[in-house]
Formats: sequence, structure tokens, C-alpha cells
Amino acid sequence: MNQVAAGAEVDGEEVATAPETGVVGGALVPGLPHPLLVPERNAGWNRLRQAYEAARRDLMELKPDLMVVYSTMWPSVIGHQIVAEPEPVWVHVDELFHDLGSIPYKFRIDAAMAEQVRAAAEERGLHARTVAYHGFPIDTGSVVALKLMNPDNALPAIVLSSNVYADRAETIVFGKACRDAILAAGRRAVAVVVGTLSNRLFTDWIDPADDHVHSLKDDEWNRKILEFLGEGRLEDTAQLSREVHRQIRIPKVVSFKSMWWWSGVMGQHNRYAGKVYAYEAIHGTGGAVVGLVPSPSGVGDKEFDEEDVERYRGDRGVLT
Amino acid sequence: MGRIVYGALAPHPPHLVYAENPPQNEPRAECGWETLRWGYERLRADLAKIPYDTIVVLSPHWQTYVGTHFLGVEHFRSLSVDPVFPNLFRYHYELDVDVPLAEAICSAASDDGIVTKMMRNPDFRVDYGTIVACHLVNPSWDKPIVSISSQRSAAFYSVEVMQEHMVALGRATRRAIEASDRRVVLLASESLSHRHFVTEPPVPEDMSHEHVTNHHQYLWDMKIVEMLRSGHTRQVVEQMPEFAEQAVSEADSGALTWLIAALDFPTSRAELYGYGTVIGTGNAVIGWTPGEPRP
Repeated sequence: MNQVAAGAEVDGEEVATAPETGVVGGALVPGLPHPLLVPERNAGWNRLRQAYEAARRDLMELKPDLMVVYSTMWPSVIGHQIVAEPEPVWVHVDELFHDLGSIPYKFRIDAAMAEQVRAAAEERGLHARTVAYHGFPIDTGSVVALKLMNPDNALPAIVLSSNVYADRAETIVFGKACRDAILAAGRRAVAVVVGTLSNRLFTDWIDPADDHVHSLKDDEWNRKILEFLGEGRLEDTAQLSREVHRQIRIPKVVSFKSMWWWSGVMGQHNRYAGKVYAYEAIHGTGGAVVGLVPSPSGVGDKEFDEEDVERYRGDRGVLT
Repeated sequence: MGRIVYGALAPHPPHLVYAENPPQNEPRAECGWETLRWGYERLRADLAKIPYDTIVVLSPHWQTYVGTHFLGVEHFRSLSVDPVFPNLFRYHYELDVDVPLAEAICSAASDDGIVTKMMRNPDFRVDYGTIVACHLVNPSWDKPIVSISSQRSAAFYSVEVMQEHMVALGRATRRAIEASDRRVVLLASESLSHRHFVTEPPVPEDMSHEHVTNHHQYLWDMKIVEMLRSGHTRQVVEQMPEFAEQAVSEADSGALTWLIAALDFPTSRAELYGYGTVIGTGNAVIGWTPGEPRP
């Protein structure tokens, strides 16, 4: 499904005008290294690579001044961590696909903004901290996203962890805290979520030419998610998060939580213009590049099944 | 003929290295987690009496979803920063790998139908679970290591499937060692119960904050420790699915199952060097002296 919007096409005349400040757009991108390191080995990986570039071009037309990356591939335990080293430099190697090559990087991090996000998170009751240490292991997903979405460091960036224990309330509140910080700083941010849709990899090595989504069930669910996102229905997708997790997610972490963060930071509604740039398999997982831009022509509010939450009130000890 | 001369459950909380203040680690601590650190001290004293050539370690923090991987580069020198506790662990490491033994274990596992891969990228950063366990057992780093990844079949399938895989990997590990000329110490680098606190006190080594996350976890830890101490290792493996689920145990990594299988399900009493909690998780340092290899 390449260069095709799943669901309603974006009408060129109805493309949203982005807000003056706040989150002016967003993207969902896969974090596995194949599109970055070896796009030539599989036509789908190459289409994902091109989709990254197309999504980047579209987001840059919104004239953002900040990229906020939330990576499902960076698990944290002690609250929420935010990269704050101004210029991290390293040669990264993926722990699984190390034979695909090394990834040298030098990123431009907005340390002051990282501190503002930390403060905003604490203001909403979350435990958060910045990390600014040479050699801190920025995860593969964030590295791939920054290399492909921000290849020349045109935008300063911040990178956020995904807390392994955080469920819906905490993750939504973290998204809102990020939004608070962006608005308070008067920034024009793009919110980039790093993660696959279905995340079941083949458990054996494959010929790249034979790559495909692991199962028909995974593929059908992936297409349903893309239908929603293609229609700009971000909050609806977030409301489906638990079910998506049950159906097509290997339980490496709690829930398909990235949609909660994404909806929280982008405003918790369905009024977006969505565009699916590409949907392809990466070693069996469902990898998609999707763009969202706030739009008055979106689907609008829906009937939400779960209550909203403004402030995190901590672990209530229900398990202890 | 090579043989396994010792096996140990060797948990890897970076807090323990932090509290030891070795020159390789950048942060400095006042104290902390002494019962575990003194346990490691006694383990080191026992190992000092046993000649050995190589340490073989299986770490949950080298997580591979496609196959079991083995370090396959002779020498590594780099900086390890813990992604979860970077304030505590920024460790400058330099280590040698026993590549021939790694290749032999990899080959034996492959012969038994296990999906395997040698890791040959010299830029690869060795995981902190390997580094912490090896540092605490052998801080002089004067022995080469073999580092084995944790194939995450518990996440992809179930703990039962993981255990089948790890028992097979343990047997292949034993067979490869016995076919070599190496005297080997095995390390299962993992905690027992593994529910963390999600906040940290201002002084991380303030032990007035340290305790197990909940009583339920503690009961499970004591049950497993007692079974291991009394030589009921097969029962531990049989109860592992319940333990992994109910105590959120890091045993889902397969490290302990691999160790027990490689030691051929020892029935002798194990040496409990220490038990303690680290940011709410349960950790035990336990060692086994295996019997003579079977003909």
C-alpha cells in the first residue's frame, strides 16, 4: 500500500492550516534499521525510505522549529526520561540487526526544551528526568527516525522514553505535559512516534526478498489502524489501543501506548488530515509512515469510551 | 576435556557496581546494597580457589528476537551507559572474548536446531547485564568471556517455549564446553522477582528506601531460593512459568533455566551468598559446584 492514503484521501483544498504555535503536525514511523541501512535489499524497505523522505518534506512545509520524538524502543523504569545532551555523538549498532551495519550519528538536541518538558511533566504529577551523559544509548528507533526525518539536524529535537509500567492515564498525561511545554515555549513542534504497528518478527532469518507481514491477522489489523489514521482519526485509534495490543502486539511492553501519547500531545481529537505514505513489512512487522496535520475537515469528535485524565496521581498500590 | 567448574546466579543491578566505586565507573556512591555486594565478595573468594579459563554469561539485556546471538569479536573497549539508570552506571569497559569457545557453543546450538548468529560488528556495545555480572565476579577482567543473548521466546510465545529453548541451549553449551579444553564458569545474569519502584530517592544509595516491592514477590523469591539451595532445580524449572508471571520475574529471560540445564539439573545443595533487593527487585547470588562430567 504505497503512496496511498488508507481511507479518505486528503483533499488538496482542505489541507489544514497549522496552528501558530503548538503541535503543527505529526508522523508515525517504524524504528527498525532496514530502511536506513539497507533499503536496496527489499523494494518495500526502499518504499519506506522514500516515504520517510516524503513525510519529512511535508512536515517541513509546516515550518516547525522543534521535533519531539517518542520512541517505543526506549524503555524507561524511573518515570519518563528525556535526552538532554546538546550534541550526542556515537556510532550506534542495533542489538539484533547488528550485521546490517553501524550508524554514526551526531544530533542536535534542544536541552532547554527537554528541561521544560521535564518541568511540565512534574507539574502534572509525573516523575521525569533529563539525561545528559556522553555515550547515553539512544535507542535504534530514535536514531533511525532522527537520521531519516531530520538528516541535516535542521530542527532541534528532543527524545522521550516509553515507561515500561505506564499505562493509559500516565501516558496520556505525559503527552499533555509535552503539549503544555511546547505551547508555553511558543514553539511549532512536530510530534514523531517511533514504532511498528504489528510487532511480531519472524524468529528466523529470511531472504529480504521474501519479507512480508507475519500473518494475515496482523496485516488486517494494521490496515484497520491505517484506515483510521488515514482518516485523521487519531483519538479513535488511541481508544482502540488496548484492543490493538491484545490482537497484534507481542507483549514486550504494556499496551500499544504510543497512540495515547500521540493523541495526548496532539490534542485528543479526530480533526486531522491523515496521509499514509507507505505500509510495508520489516522482518515480519508492520511498518508504516503516516502523517497527521490538524484540519477542520477531519472526522471530528467521537463518542469516547474511556474517560480523560488531566493529572497523574501516582501508583495507587492496587497490586501491592 | 573441558568442563564447567562453577555456575552462579549473578544478578546485574548496576547499583551494585555503582556502590563498589570501581575506577571504571564515573559516578561515585557512599555505600549501598551491602548484603549483595558482600555476597559477591564471598563468591569471588570461592572462585579464586578454582582455576578457570573463561566466563560464559547469558544476559537479559542483550535481547534478541531472531535467534540466539554470541559475541564474536576478540576485543571490546567502550563506554557502557545504563539506559534506565544512567545516573548510576557509566562504565568504561575493556574485555576479551573467547571467540573460539563462543563459536563452538554457537555451532553446537545450531546443530541442535536453535537459530543462532555470531555478532561480528566491532562497533557493537556490550550490554550492561553482561558487564555488571562479569565485573562483580571478576573485576580484574583477566579472563575472557563468552556473552550469549537472551532470545525472547517468552514474549513471542510463552515461558514454556522459552524453557524448551533454554534447556536445549544449556545442553548445547555444556556439550561444547566438554568438547573444548576450557574450564568454564557459567553466569546467569538475572534478578528473581523484578517489579521495580518507578521513582528513585534523591540519594540512590539511601537504604532507608530499599525493600522488596511487595510481599507477594518476597514469598516467591524465598520459595525459589529455598528450592535452589536444597538442590530442587528441576522443580524450579517446572515452576518457572508461574514464577515468571506472578513475580514479574526476570527469569523470563531464560538465563536461570539455561544455567540449570547446562549444570545438568544439579541436586546438590547450592551456596547462597546473599539475597537483597535493588530498587524493589529481588536478587540472589547463588553458586553451584558441578559434579564430574558424565561419561
